[in-house]
Amino acid sequence: MADALWMTSEEYADSVDYKLSSNLDADQRNGIKVSVENFNSWFGTKQALKSISFKIKKNTITSLIGPSGCGKTTLIRSLNRMNEMTPGASVKGKVYLDGVDIYDASVDPVMIKRRIGMVFQKPNPFPTMSIFDNVAAGLKLNGVRDKKLISEIVEESLHGAALWDEVKNELGKPGSSLSGGQQQRLCIARALAMQPEVLLMDEPTSALDPIASSKIEDLLNDLKQDLTIIIVTHNMQQAARVSDYTAFMYLGEMVEYGPTKQIFENPQKELTERYISGKFG
Amino acid sequence: MIPLGSILIEVVKNGYAAISYEFLTEPQGKMVPSRSDLRNCEELGIPPQSCEIGGVGPAIQGTLIVVGYASLIGVPVGILTGVYLSEYAGNNRFARAIRFFNNVMTGLPSIVVGIVGYVALVVTLGAFNVTAGAVALSIIMIPIIVGVTEETLKLVPSSIREAGHSLGIPKWKVTMLITLRSAKNGVLTGIVLGISRIAGETAPLIMTILGTSLFFGSFVGPIDALPLRIWRLASQPYDNAHSSGWGAALILIIMILSMSIILRALVLDRRGRITAGARI
Repeated sequence: MADALWMTSEEYADSVDYKLSSNLDADQRNGIKVSVENFNSWFGTKQALKSISFKIKKNTITSLIGPSGCGKTTLIRSLNRMNEMTPGASVKGKVYLDGVDIYDASVDPVMIKRRIGMVFQKPNPFPTMSIFDNVAAGLKLNGVRDKKLISEIVEESLHGAALWDEVKNELGKPGSSLSGGQQQRLCIARALAMQPEVLLMDEPTSALDPIASSKIEDLLNDLKQDLTIIIVTHNMQQAARVSDYTAFMYLGEMVEYGPTKQIFENPQKELTERYISGKFG
Repeated sequence: MIPLGSILIEVVKNGYAAISYEFLTEPQGKMVPSRSDLRNCEELGIPPQSCEIGGVGPAIQGTLIVVGYASLIGVPVGILTGVYLSEYAGNNRFARAIRFFNNVMTGLPSIVVGIVGYVALVVTLGAFNVTAGAVALSIIMIPIIVGVTEETLKLVPSSIREAGHSLGIPKWKVTMLITLRSAKNGVLTGIVLGISRIAGETAPLIMTILGTSLFFGSFVGPIDALPLRIWRLASQPYDNAHSSGWGAALILIIMILSMSIILRALVLDRRGRITAGARI
């Protein structure tokens, strides 16, 4: 497998003049992949995220839950610097990936997105490309020329997204000809082809029917063997089913963060309990 | 439909008789008052080679050259400006100024564009020339392509751009290879519109390439074009000039129509199938 498609974390850390997290040693001992410290975000003058701090362990699934407008999507989009492409968005604070602050001036946001993949709320395959080209697009447009390597990775990624058996005989068909659930798995395969270390999923099943959703939920468990997954969801049952850790957000603040079991069965904050039990939101 | 149909019928009815191999390839020959005069021209003492009414070969060649040359300038400039306005500029002052001037230029009288070409490139180079014509035509073409490109790109959902960015693809590649490709049907329509518009322009060509009955000779001398030839033939008082003019009009229409059909067939997606051009 092409481990060295892009720089590894260690090579990357060596290549940039970065500021290491002050807690790097402790974080590495505890297997922390992503560490958010005192992170704030604004759209214009409206503050969307207020002093968010939390750490995410390697090879776990973390869900972000909370009512609409609480900042879940803003937070997840901040973790790969996608948020700053929105006009008027600004941020303050640190997000460390393996100890490197991704918001440091020396870090190229494009490189960050290669290491932190993203799957969006609505399936968004490239409309003019075939199934094969959709998965290969990230590699080809980033300068990978080796055709054999590309088709290997495409096959592997489609296997990884549990889509291979359904599309192996029609790789030349347009990506948009697939069903909604298949399109979303195609988008997952497209993200996997970049061999990311972290996968961000912004309500990946909200546009899908229950059967397609459960396929994607099953998939998440396999994916976490190789990846760290952060998922935004509106569906609390989904969060309870798939995730190891859960963070509850409200009005731009992270109210409570902990093991999923604890959050759902024994929440420490009253607000969390009221939300979990359906009293608001 | 009715005006278009009646124009087509009239042009075909009057023009088809003139068309022959010689008409497409030969330069214009002798113009005489009537067909019987033409038949009798030897008796009138005119040498036989001058008796042929000839054709519009130089005009066809000239139209291909000057329109092709103008497209080489106009298509890239138009598309890149449209891309800049839609993907990079946002709504800053500079972009608003470009949009404003672009709209004004869309309505610019073409004779004025011709005068600009004349002053800028004919006077300075000392001769009517194809570059002046191509520049004048591209000035007419660019605003059309800019407008259509910008509007079409704005219709591409931002989720497509985000998908590209999320794969760590640099912005210019996302723009040129994903967003623009998703909009290619619309952009192509803009190009076809622009080319069709300039292929029929006459006024700016009078001021820049002048027109001649000779084939293309040099980059610093007059060349011919179909609309110019039609205009000159129509303003002569001779029967055979008029029928040649109808024939030239028919050829111009066929050229524009087939260009549009061929371009579409080459690039447009058909349902359920991805064309070669759509692959990476």
